Amino acid sequence: MQTVARLLRMLLEPILAISLSLIAVTLLLAVSGYSVTAALSALWHGAFGSWSVIASGTLVRATPLLFAGLAVAVAFRAGILNIGAEGQLLAGAAAATAVSVTISPAFGIAGTCLALLAGIAAGGMWAGIAAVLRQQFGVLEVISTIMLNVIMLHLTGLLVRGPLQESTATFPQSALIDEALRLPRIFPGTRLHAGVVLGFLSAAILAWFLRSTAGGFRLRMTGANPRAAASAGGIDVARVATSAFIVSGAIAGLGGAVEVTGVTYALYENLSPGYGYTAIAVALLARLNPVAAIGSAVVFGALEAGAAAMQRDAQVPAGMVSVAEACVILVLLATEWIGARAGGWSTLFRGGTPPTKNPGDLPATGDLA
Amino acid sequence: MSTVADFLDASVRSATPLLLAALGETVSERSGVINVGLEGTIIVGCLAGLATATIVGPTAALAAAAVAGLIFAIIFAIIAIWIGADQIIAGTAITMLGLGLTGTLYRVLYGDAGAALSSPTLAPIGIPMLQDVPLVGRALFRQPLPTYLAVALVPSVWWWLNRTHSGLAMRATGENPAAARSSGISPRRVQTIASLFGGLCGGLAGGTLVLAQVGTFAEGMSAGRGFIAIAIVALGRWSPLGAAMAALFFGMASALQFLFQALDLKLPYQIFLAFPYLLTLVALAFAKGRYRAPAALGARVHAGDIS
Amino acid sequence: MVIPSGTNGAVTSTAPCLALNSISRHFGTVTALDGACLTALTGEVHAILGENGAGKSTLMKIAYGLDQPSAGTIEFHGTRTVLRSPRDAMAHGIGMVQQHFALVDALTVVENVALGSIDQFDLGATAATVRRLSSESGLGLDPDARVGTLAVGARQRLEIIKALSRNAKILILDEPTAVLSPSEAKDLLDWTRRFADAGGTVLLIAHKLREILRIADRVTVLRRGKTVLVSRASDVTEQALADAMLGATGSIQAPRTKASPVSPGQATLSLVNVAARDDFGVARIKNATLEVKSGEIVGIAAIEGAGQRELLRVLAGRLAPTHGTVTLPATVGFVPEDRHRDAIVLDATLTENTALRGAAKQRGLMPWKTLERDTAALLRTRDVRASNEHVAIRTLSGGNQQKFVVGRELADAPAALVVENPTRGLDIRATADVHAALRAARDAGTAVVVYSSDLDEVLLLADRVLVVAGGTVRDVGSDRETVGLAMLDASR
Repeated sequence: MQTVARLLRMLLEPILAISLSLIAVTLLLAVSGYSVTAALSALWHGAFGSWSVIASGTLVRATPLLFAGLAVAVAFRAGILNIGAEGQLLAGAAAATAVSVTISPAFGIAGTCLALLAGIAAGGMWAGIAAVLRQQFGVLEVISTIMLNVIMLHLTGLLVRGPLQESTATFPQSALIDEALRLPRIFPGTRLHAGVVLGFLSAAILAWFLRSTAGGFRLRMTGANPRAAASAGGIDVARVATSAFIVSGAIAGLGGAVEVTGVTYALYENLSPGYGYTAIAVALLARLNPVAAIGSAVVFGALEAGAAAMQRDAQVPAGMVSVAEACVILVLLATEWIGARAGGWSTLFRGGTPPTKNPGDLPATGDLA
Repeated sequence: MSTVADFLDASVRSATPLLLAALGETVSERSGVINVGLEGTIIVGCLAGLATATIVGPTAALAAAAVAGLIFAIIFAIIAIWIGADQIIAGTAITMLGLGLTGTLYRVLYGDAGAALSSPTLAPIGIPMLQDVPLVGRALFRQPLPTYLAVALVPSVWWWLNRTHSGLAMRATGENPAAARSSGISPRRVQTIASLFGGLCGGLAGGTLVLAQVGTFAEGMSAGRGFIAIAIVALGRWSPLGAAMAALFFGMASALQFLFQALDLKLPYQIFLAFPYLLTLVALAFAKGRYRAPAALGARVHAGDIS
Repeated sequence: MVIPSGTNGAVTSTAPCLALNSISRHFGTVTALDGACLTALTGEVHAILGENGAGKSTLMKIAYGLDQPSAGTIEFHGTRTVLRSPRDAMAHGIGMVQQHFALVDALTVVENVALGSIDQFDLGATAATVRRLSSESGLGLDPDARVGTLAVGARQRLEIIKALSRNAKILILDEPTAVLSPSEAKDLLDWTRRFADAGGTVLLIAHKLREILRIADRVTVLRRGKTVLVSRASDVTEQALADAMLGATGSIQAPRTKASPVSPGQATLSLVNVAARDDFGVARIKNATLEVKSGEIVGIAAIEGAGQRELLRVLAGRLAPTHGTVTLPATVGFVPEDRHRDAIVLDATLTENTALRGAAKQRGLMPWKTLERDTAALLRTRDVRASNEHVAIRTLSGGNQQKFVVGRELADAPAALVVENPTRGLDIRATADVHAALRAARDAGTAVVVYSSDLDEVLLLADRVLVVAGGTVRDVGSDRETVGLAMLDASR
């Protein structure tokens, strides 16, 4: 019983956030003069109408969101505000494409794995730049990851017009990845690919890592209170934070590699419609819990898939989804305030900013001394 | 020769909305608030500018754009300053909201096709004699109203930050909110004012983009300018004059692609687009002393604050 | 207005300028103030005494509008007022110098003075004001210096001049002498006397009874959030003040611990010619040599900022020295003074906080089952009041949190234990429990190092006292007078 009650309490805020966002979107639809029923019905059918829609639409769109969401969650848990998942995902996609179009198709599934590994490495390296800037030079990761996102976007543009451009040199995109090197489809008649399984697996591994391993424990403690982690635990917090940052980037990079080898089969500039930013909503809705991130990625995947159907069938602009996503975040932030209880998930961010120059300026709340 | 003049003119034009947004963000960041929602604020300004320009004319539309930015800044301030949520997350939501809302409303207002709708634009105002100076005449002395406004704002913002009580209060809050509070200042009020100014400037930047540059609206037309403005603030080392120089630098980088086209050069312009960001990273890494970010930038000052 | 002729103890004015009536303040379940009263008269130096955690600072924050009372009223010259913020307090001519200075390092002296002022913004004029006040009061200060570069004494002078520049008539000083050298402290106290004689009022939070009786006109003593004594300074003795502060059972002549039942054994911790810097790169310890043996409690006596903070961290293996030889055992327990920041993770469970010690060396999987058992045992043996080991440590009272931390650090029977202000903010019962735990550890053969900002606590616990001053460590015996002089003398 107690577990059920706890589960319900845990789900309360996310459900509230989703409901309020849907209400906001409905209102916006009504005010804009759309048929609310037609729009919502199109949204539903586009997201959950049939197994093939669920598999080819919702789940396929949920996959990059899940990877990016996990990346954000693991960074936030370590007290790092990595908003660079977008760039790290692109880096992974670019590296995986480079490997896939270079190696012989004879490699088969081993070649696919090689491409995924390249994606992991590239994502980790791209995040590593921000990690080093943070640790060695005290550069706020918020600013550096924004810069790195834009740099990677331009770099991708350069790659698809230069070294990686398809052979006719007409379109700004890479050559198609050979069929033998693509991620296998796992359900006949749908676009659902093995990357979904990799995503679920990554979530499970990450959850296990955070809960059960010493490294995961160090990561959580570093994020929750870096000073105590260093002083009482003897933890090398700089190293833990740097590693977590790189792991975060690696997960996002894997997401990018999965996207090119499983869905687009080619690299192009607008590969990501802002997965890295939506990922923040995914991670928050999941309260930074990797397993819950599966659920929240599916919710947002459904929204995106449904939005496409909504635009096609009810002529409702797809931008509505961004509004819904923004509302989810804003409502979650607001409920944190309304809930206003000590010890919520929000406190995970306390250690988020680099050490201030005036330690002790901001007294701990409720400290009497 | 006219190619160079064109290049300089294009640089200044590209730099104008960037400078406007960056000046607002400079004030905001000096008070300790980083607004990643600037991107959303700018595009809301774009749409507001377009929607009102046909009715009230481009000059008044500029004001409407500023008001739209202000409204978005109010939402941001409520969440990030009054509720005390994390600034970065709130800002990300504001950017999503701005991009989504404008995309939706544009189609609602101007039809599903989103046909290119042109708006009246602000004509360049030439300053007699000076505009005829070779090379730089057009770039500096024959520009639309917002450019002169942005240039005038540079010393004004400097004055505000360095020669007024409220500016001092902002700088103190951005460095040490607890000390500011002890001195009788309300960090919450100071940060609210600073971020509202940031929103106003962001909206103005969006309006400028539509009314003085592009003359139409397209979904996502802010194209990362909010993030560029944040880079400019950092590269400009949190000073208005620095922001002006950094904005011009970023403006030149994006004007290079036009220069290349004009000269029929097949150079990869993406390198030049990415270069200012790289430089910003390097500048941040080696910033020392008072050229660093305000000490309390992005800190959750108000979390758990009851008063 | 009557300007009091005001020699010490001869107050002529009886006009109350500020009255705090029956003030209560609760923080969650903790009661910081419980109907405390304070009446300040025009032209007096009024000392406020009390143990750590008695509520002095909270009461003064309320008087300065930094905190709002849960119940009670504030009267200013007989009129009821509400002080919503420091700005309200300043408007009534109330100024405060907090224990932790409220200065912005990145700004200059003048900018800090101008901050929050209601005068016309004119840095030139403010600089002139600073120079004038500086020469009038004898509190020297360079108006153009960046505050980050100022030494602690100068920062304090700046805080006072900042208050004066706003025409403060009532000045609250929270432990102003704690960070000063003896000559600086004397200058400051003499200045408060002059300020009061000129018609001002000084509310002085302090610890040093002798100092207070020399300078103050009247004293108010707080204990556990209540006002327990109000008296003219001339009518009261040090012993009476101490009794009031500590309660009927307390006394500054508290019996020394019985000599250790075990004789000290092997040298466990040793430093030879050690130098260390603080977080800001300032050399705090210049040349320290000391030895701590197993089975003894070594007390560290020092005034605030003398370098004991760095010394303790070197001893605990938490800070690498810049010079010298450090010999430490494999395990050293450490109980830092700010437990919320340095010792525990508030939102983590008790089990996770247990696991924190040793987290760096843990490999592979976390042994959660074992850790849960250990935690349950720790709660039992250390008498930590918590419903179970799965609750967040945030939900425990300060005393229970501290007992938990001490218990955790002693759980693996470390060869040495370093503790810093172990009972700050704790009630008498929790204090006694912590003291007992430290003695038990000593008796079990642990080398224990204790620092407390309360000299009497050091003398109470220590088998041997070392004084940290002027960047070095000295042994001057354990006579209170001698130790006190040694703490102050070398700090010039």
